[in-house]
Amino acid sequence: MSSPESSPYRETHAEKHGKARATEWPLWEIFIRGQHGLSHRHVGSLHAADAEMAIKNARDVYTRRNEGVSIWAIPAEAIAASSPEDKGPMYDPANDKVYRHPTFFDIPDEVGAM
Amino acid sequence: MYAQMIKSTGKGVKSLDEMDPQERAFQERIDAGGKIEPKDWMPEGYRKNLIRQIGQHAHSEIVGQLPEGNWITRAPTLERKAILLAKVQDEAGHGLYLYCAAETLGVTRDQMTRDLLSGKMKYSSIFNYPTLTWADMGAVGWLVDGAAIMNQVPLQRTSYGPYARAMVRICKEESFHQRQGYDIMMKMAKGTPAQRKMAQDALNRFWYPSLMMFGPSDKESVHSAQSMAWKIKMNTNDELRQKFVDQTVPQAEYLGLTVPDEHLKWNEEKGGYDFSEPDWEEFFDVLKGNGPCNTERLEARNKAWDNGRWVREGLLAHAAKKRIAKLAAE
Amino acid sequence: MSDPLFEYLCRMGDNTLVLGHRVSEWCGVAPVLEEDIALANTALDLIGQTQLWLGLAAEVEDAGRDADALAFRRDVWDFRNLLLVEQPNGDFGRTMMRQFLFDAWHLPYLTALMDSKDARIAAIAEKSAKEVTYHLERSTDTVIGLGDGTEESHNRMQAALDRLWPYVGEMFVGDAVDSSLQERGLAPDPASLRPGYDELVGDVFTAATLKRPEDDFAHKGGKTGARHSEHLGHMLTQMQWLQRAYPDATW
Repeated sequence: MSSPESSPYRETHAEKHGKARATEWPLWEIFIRGQHGLSHRHVGSLHAADAEMAIKNARDVYTRRNEGVSIWAIPAEAIAASSPEDKGPMYDPANDKVYRHPTFFDIPDEVGAM
Repeated sequence: MYAQMIKSTGKGVKSLDEMDPQERAFQERIDAGGKIEPKDWMPEGYRKNLIRQIGQHAHSEIVGQLPEGNWITRAPTLERKAILLAKVQDEAGHGLYLYCAAETLGVTRDQMTRDLLSGKMKYSSIFNYPTLTWADMGAVGWLVDGAAIMNQVPLQRTSYGPYARAMVRICKEESFHQRQGYDIMMKMAKGTPAQRKMAQDALNRFWYPSLMMFGPSDKESVHSAQSMAWKIKMNTNDELRQKFVDQTVPQAEYLGLTVPDEHLKWNEEKGGYDFSEPDWEEFFDVLKGNGPCNTERLEARNKAWDNGRWVREGLLAHAAKKRIAKLAAE
Repeated sequence: MSDPLFEYLCRMGDNTLVLGHRVSEWCGVAPVLEEDIALANTALDLIGQTQLWLGLAAEVEDAGRDADALAFRRDVWDFRNLLLVEQPNGDFGRTMMRQFLFDAWHLPYLTALMDSKDARIAAIAEKSAKEVTYHLERSTDTVIGLGDGTEESHNRMQAALDRLWPYVGEMFVGDAVDSSLQERGLAPDPASLRPGYDELVGDVFTAATLKRPEDDFAHKGGKTGARHSEHLGHMLTQMQWLQRAYPDATW
């Protein structure tokens, strides 16, 4: 912590997106189909050692508020999808985390938008 | 917001006439409100700057778990414990989204992590302050998240597509954070004398560090001008700081708490508050590593990373074995 | 003995309270971001279940206490959780082994409770079982992945299993409280779940290349409250501190 400024990022050249080094968990692109039956939509990415873990991680990372019903995890060259039977245990639990939603907290009108 | 003191590499903002055709097309696209996507051509300075800025933002989310994580095991009710845990979990998620956005620029999360752990890359100064009482959980949510939101909302329109999309998701999730903080402050400010004292003390300690989050004035900075031309910075530091003060002072008044600034005064002419600058010397000290908690924060992150190595390697080794077994079976 | 139903509900709630607390200790320092987030989800589920079990316990007791009063104002001798869940986290491997050994009991137990003649118990069990299905899936995968990972991860998982196995037996030992509930059709006989448990964990240990300890000696005293480990007191010291230091405050 010697300098108040960020040092320039000079030693790395642009690498191919998603290309992991031997010791890193590979990157997966996550697609989730929402509750209202529209097609799978890209929601973001994450790291996982394999496809199963990618789907489990996606459940924990991207459906914390009960957004999805079906997950695709896609590495550079393959597609993996969760099975629709998983629907119950995998998604219902998030329904009762009401404190996730801002309206759970009563903020007086006087203090302005928050 | 969580990215402070990001300096661009340029010597000033070039005019369109000075640019080569490729760069000119790039700039015109940004000027027209278009988005830059990972595979598009981009100036090297744009890429490097974004890696630093998004990386610093991501690191801030990750280190930012620690001051609040400090109180999860001491939260006073089951509901408060759940809310705080959910919030700190969100910060891990936001760090994750941001790292992924930076990864589209050709740098890996592990590389960025190593640079955080070695002290080469920075995180926001605010997380080097200690959380000493339960009221600090209120103050952090109310002030620190409040300040962060000021910056993150406009960044949803930033020119780099993956960054803008990460911001959209973050802002959507973050809306409950500030409110839960204010909710704690209301309980404390209307509670017992001891609770009121805690609430005022928390405001006293977090007010100036929150103002520092926006960074020093950058009105004259060519670096900021370049970042603004590239639309990876949307407002000047002073604009955002002013907006934050104007929004926060009435909220403090509602709580019956006193903002620790004797020069704080409504200025009718500018339609905003006049207020004292934070101690910028302290700010630079904190950035240099001399904040109250710099050592502990980096130590905690290093320890987590080192202790986790065997887990990351173990699960990776198992995945490789599974892959080989599957190939052999086919 | 106080009301067996109250005792019983405290056992269920204290298990999830103490384990949820332990898991929440990982927040911010897990081996990888994705695990950090996943562990927080598990802890959140367990805290939510605690609110339900202890809420019902307070209702049954009808003495003016609520779930928070039970969680934050009882001392060690009134806690009724299994010794397993109060064991310290240790390394990530021990935490996940503890989670697996508990989940593998918790899910079948909750499934049996879904047939409870007390509709309130059945409802909490049903809601919890959905969450715990996922906990078990995740802890199973992690135990297998780390057991069958590198030499180091294997050795750490075997050490974790050896260390925690003596705390498994307590889950299957019934007492007067269990008999009372069993007679009324409210809860299953704990011993009846043992064969299924042994089969499940046996399969997972095989996949994980781990060796099940031969000695089935079991420590007892957690669920009866007769003798907890020293660890619980330290945990309560931290967990209950604010409520104890400012008894007249609301939060």
